[in-house]
Amino acid sequence: MIYLDNNATTPTDPEVVKAMLPYFTEKFANPSSIYDIAFKLKGVLENSRKKVAKILKVNSNEIIFCSGGTEADNIAIMGSVLAQKDKGKHIITSSIEHKAVLEVCKFLKKYFDYTITYLPVNSAGVIDLNVLKDSITPETAIVSIMLANNETGVIQPIKEAAEIAHNAGVLFHSDLVQGIGKIPVDISELGIDYGAISGHKFHGPRGIGIMYLRRGAPFTSVIRGGGHENNKRAGTENIPGIIGILKALEISSERISKGASHMAELRDMLQESILEKIPQVLINGKDAPRIPNTLNISVKYVEGESMVFMLDEEGIQVSSGSACTSNSLAPSHVLLAMGLEHADAHGSLRFSLSGETTREDIEKVLEILPPIVSKLRKMSPFAPPEFK
Amino acid sequence: MSIDKSKDGRLYTSKVMEHFRNPHHWGKIDDADGVGRVGNPICGDVMYIYLKIKDDIITDIAFETLGCVAAIATSSIATEIVIGKPLKEAWKLTDRDVANALGGLPANKFHCSMLAEEGLRAAIQDYLKKQGRSVDEFK
Repeated sequence: MIYLDNNATTPTDPEVVKAMLPYFTEKFANPSSIYDIAFKLKGVLENSRKKVAKILKVNSNEIIFCSGGTEADNIAIMGSVLAQKDKGKHIITSSIEHKAVLEVCKFLKKYFDYTITYLPVNSAGVIDLNVLKDSITPETAIVSIMLANNETGVIQPIKEAAEIAHNAGVLFHSDLVQGIGKIPVDISELGIDYGAISGHKFHGPRGIGIMYLRRGAPFTSVIRGGGHENNKRAGTENIPGIIGILKALEISSERISKGASHMAELRDMLQESILEKIPQVLINGKDAPRIPNTLNISVKYVEGESMVFMLDEEGIQVSSGSACTSNSLAPSHVLLAMGLEHADAHGSLRFSLSGETTREDIEKVLEILPPIVSKLRKMSPFAPPEFK
Repeated sequence: MSIDKSKDGRLYTSKVMEHFRNPHHWGKIDDADGVGRVGNPICGDVMYIYLKIKDDIITDIAFETLGCVAAIATSSIATEIVIGKPLKEAWKLTDRDVANALGGLPANKFHCSMLAEEGLRAAIQDYLKKQGRSVDEFK
């Protein structure tokens, strides 16, 4: 199996699993209880928070554990705007955000009358900072821009964008999910107020995430209950998950510089060789800085799901922005926002590598993909005669 | 929708995958007697159907499809079903017949079988029109 869909999820590192295991069966108590075995876990929890904070270069009381990236985006944006409801009801985000942000904005519009501005991106997939600046109004409560796009890997100028927001007195949220573990992320350096991190995107477990909440940033909890996480997010703490995400962060921060250059080298090799071997292929996001593991291509005259299934038959897993691979039957909103034709969005393929991907894996893909494209182009009514 | 055990937890039935892997009658007939072009590149699925017809019998058929697994498999099975059949019978092929012949399709892919029905009918209609005839005779 050659798994190249690491932006969807990653296999949990066996070391992470090993670290977690005792916390399911032996050290299982509820950290809120007061007897010895529970109180010790409270110590484990706070110690883990400190270690996570140190890796992310923030204060430990700025780390709020939750269930994942989607929850972190949800509670940060909702928690921020509800705490500032007297300021105004305007949110600025981008047209290429993950659904975890876009759907929150739609929800706030529908039920709380917020106005949403969606910043466009250029053909490389990057927002325009001047447009951001011009979009801010006295009613703007928050700006939410992702660090790296899940489909194209394109990195946004978060530090500069956060500065623009702050200069106008507006708070800044960033979905960091695809950046963590792939590029060094220094949250203090980025200068954001809220951030979202997901464990399973960098070989940690599923069901655990982190909301970064800058000390002093306006916030009210939308997950109410027993006062956990300093009243920021209720729910019995997922100690195995917290141990797991800490371990995954430790491993990835240790390996990141070597891992990033390894992935970039293989990604570039894949990109250049595809361009060499397959005519009429577009590289989506190639003119922007990208996270090193992601390659998004559009293959002319072919539909993505067909390619995904043919590759899967050969033991290669990738994804596509084609309508057929989504629940909505609409092609990738990210690729359309970059100005791609519908047909090219339908014909997109995303390869997302991991530190475990080998040169042999990439060579195998380069051997398997061209005949698949040829076969599907032969069947396509739009392919020019030279492909028949 | 019939439940097909061959799916074995997969998205598509083994029959769908069989036709996807080795589609029957794909290609183009340059001197076709009837051509049907349906679908829309904006939606991602386009199907062209080419027919050779003699004495109102489909003697040869070919398809070109841009689309997903279900679109290619439905194109293939539809051509398989109607080849050698009288036009009147081919006209009656429905999306449900196509889906059933494949052992079922996922709910959100059912529209692909519609494309096969529409493509075939468009090709038959094209042939009849050229003959100065009308589909009313099949209704």
